[in-house]
Amino acid sequence: MASLLIRNGRIIDPASNQDAVGDLLIADAKIRKIGRLSERAERVIDGTGLLVTPGLIDMHVHLREPGNEDEETIASGASAAVAGGFTSIACMPNTQPPLDQEADIEFVYRQAARADLCNVYPIGAITKGRAGKELAEMGQMVRAGAVAFSDDGCGVADAGVMFRALQYVRMFDRALIQHCEDAALAAGGCMHAGPTATRLGLPSIPAMAEEVMVQRDLILAEQTGARYHVAHISTAGAVEAVRRAKARGVYVTAEVCPHHLLLTDEACAGFDTHFKMNPPLRSKADVEACRAGVADGTIDCFCTDHAPHSAEEKTLEFQNAPFGIIGLETAVPLTIRAMIETGFIDWPRWVAGWTSRPATILGLSKGSLSPGADADVTLIDPACRWRIDAGRFFSKCRNTPFDGWDVSGRAVATIVAGRVRFTTDAARFPGERALA
Amino acid sequence: MAAPAAETTWTRKHLLDLESLSADEIGVILDTAEAFKDVSTRSVKKVPALRGRVVVNLFFEESTRTRTSFTLAAQRLSADVIDFSAKGSSVAKGETLGDTARNIEAMGVDLIVCRHPASGAPHLLSRCVNCCVINAGDGRHEHPTQALLDLFTIRQHKGRIEGLKVAIVGDVANSRVARSNLWGLTKLGAEVTFVGPTTLVPRTFEQFGARVCHDIDAVIGEFDVINMLRIQMERVTSNVFPSVQEYTRLFGLNGQRMRRAKPDVLVMHPGPMNRGIEITTEVADGARSAILQQVTNGLAVRMAVLFLCNQAAGG
Repeated sequence: MASLLIRNGRIIDPASNQDAVGDLLIADAKIRKIGRLSERAERVIDGTGLLVTPGLIDMHVHLREPGNEDEETIASGASAAVAGGFTSIACMPNTQPPLDQEADIEFVYRQAARADLCNVYPIGAITKGRAGKELAEMGQMVRAGAVAFSDDGCGVADAGVMFRALQYVRMFDRALIQHCEDAALAAGGCMHAGPTATRLGLPSIPAMAEEVMVQRDLILAEQTGARYHVAHISTAGAVEAVRRAKARGVYVTAEVCPHHLLLTDEACAGFDTHFKMNPPLRSKADVEACRAGVADGTIDCFCTDHAPHSAEEKTLEFQNAPFGIIGLETAVPLTIRAMIETGFIDWPRWVAGWTSRPATILGLSKGSLSPGADADVTLIDPACRWRIDAGRFFSKCRNTPFDGWDVSGRAVATIVAGRVRFTTDAARFPGERALA
Repeated sequence: MAAPAAETTWTRKHLLDLESLSADEIGVILDTAEAFKDVSTRSVKKVPALRGRVVVNLFFEESTRTRTSFTLAAQRLSADVIDFSAKGSSVAKGETLGDTARNIEAMGVDLIVCRHPASGAPHLLSRCVNCCVINAGDGRHEHPTQALLDLFTIRQHKGRIEGLKVAIVGDVANSRVARSNLWGLTKLGAEVTFVGPTTLVPRTFEQFGARVCHDIDAVIGEFDVINMLRIQMERVTSNVFPSVQEYTRLFGLNGQRMRRAKPDVLVMHPGPMNRGIEITTEVADGARSAILQQVTNGLAVRMAVLFLCNQAAGG
């Protein structure tokens, strides 16, 4: 029996309302016991000073396979995930071809099993070819294991199609994840519509492009009673709309990315394409509203929107460069900086945002340290000070605006199904290679 | 004359925008241009300041007057000039801007004059190459030499910039000329009013020191200078105004409006003009018009810019 005992860590498990220093016993890929334990194990690790949390879950990543394997693969994305502390990731269907049928969903599971690093859950497309016209075969994709549906990369523009999709998906108790952006209002934009875009003469995406679609969808979600999830929320107006909808009982959830909690549109002033993503970096007021939204529970969880792009693509003119930055290997310290260091939330809320909340939204039996749960565990050293070095990323790409940032907090070990799949801490984990 | 006598406090090898320049730096360019102005009127229209230097016009967008003006300016400084246009080049085959520029630089080019439809393209270029980069217009961002020649022309007529009231009328939202003029004029102490339809003159510009107005008739009597921008006919399809005729009625500069302007108002236009649309022939060719002088002054200003950047690069 393969057993692992982590001693004297601060065990934070929001799913069971647990936050206390204690020991955690893992055996046969399951959590066995928590508390002051006298049990013996094959392997004992001193967890003093570490946070022991359920394995982190990133419910919004782009793995580029199939189609753009030069930028990322399911295997390389999984490597980046475990290096960043994630034991589960959910990948968006905007691959080439898109994940819009049963076989595509099975393909992701097959490649993830080959990589054998972390759990990879496919999100299926809402419409065939992500074209926004005809519903994709969601029922069959659910059978193959699709955990949610989204046309991410763009929103479902047609209100009638979105209404039908919400109505239909109710049968399967899965969430529809919407990239909220009205295409006509956003037309051709490449950064947030604000003073900086005016100054730079760059075509821009107004906050209302996001808010118009959020408001429309909330009406549709309320009518259908379906589960609706706002992807990468970024504006104060959208946060307020979700807050009000939740208050009146709409089944809505929302996620936010680290960059929308830390950076503003002013970062684009030097035409550096590492600050170009969609939704774009917004105003200071929007950043504050997103932080407050996390703090009061309007925004349920964090996600990275990990979007690898080659250096060749990112060195194009700002208007012509693709949207997106990678995030898996920087998400932990960045959300700590944005939310904990600023005093907006405490550790249990932070952990919930990366574990139990996304697990609930995706309907995963993950994100918990209850006895019997899968032994997906992340060990975090909250005091670890380090410098982000994109050159050492496991992702195939380097497109991050955070290269060189001095940060605090790091996942020092990532345990998936009882196996240590990544560690930065050779002292506590002798004999473990950086990536197994 | 080998070099102008202006006190040089110019240390930049690139001219990417006016926003980042100080009033003093703009003054250095204008004074240097003053010194170059008489070169064009001499029988031998050349000085040897850039002899042995190579200037490339790297134009990714159609342009006749700016390209010609830069070519002549470089030739008057005795530089060798090559033209590179995106049409039929490797750009059409998918080469990136950085690669194109590095390839051209590898042929021994000293200064790149770049026009590009994307805002920020010259900034990207300046990070890719070692030679000087001069922005000849990037997207909707800036057109620094146009604004400099506008400043030069205003100073020539009014003797100063400080304290003047300048109207810039038209499609400000999409205009690089308007942005560069805003920075240049406000840094030198003028007061800028942007005039045009609400769809083309966003209030955001107020944050950068411009006054925003949507009724030309209400304010036309205030200005010392009126700079009319070119209206792009394509804008009608994007619903920023319903018809060219309506635009002309509301914002066109005609003889009737001119009668309510200051008697010594200076009328400018960056060209190319749509006669009968944003400006009538009567006004464009009238006594208050400085439109052709702008073109003439463009040469001296571009000579100054080429000269100063080359000198700062150690040339």
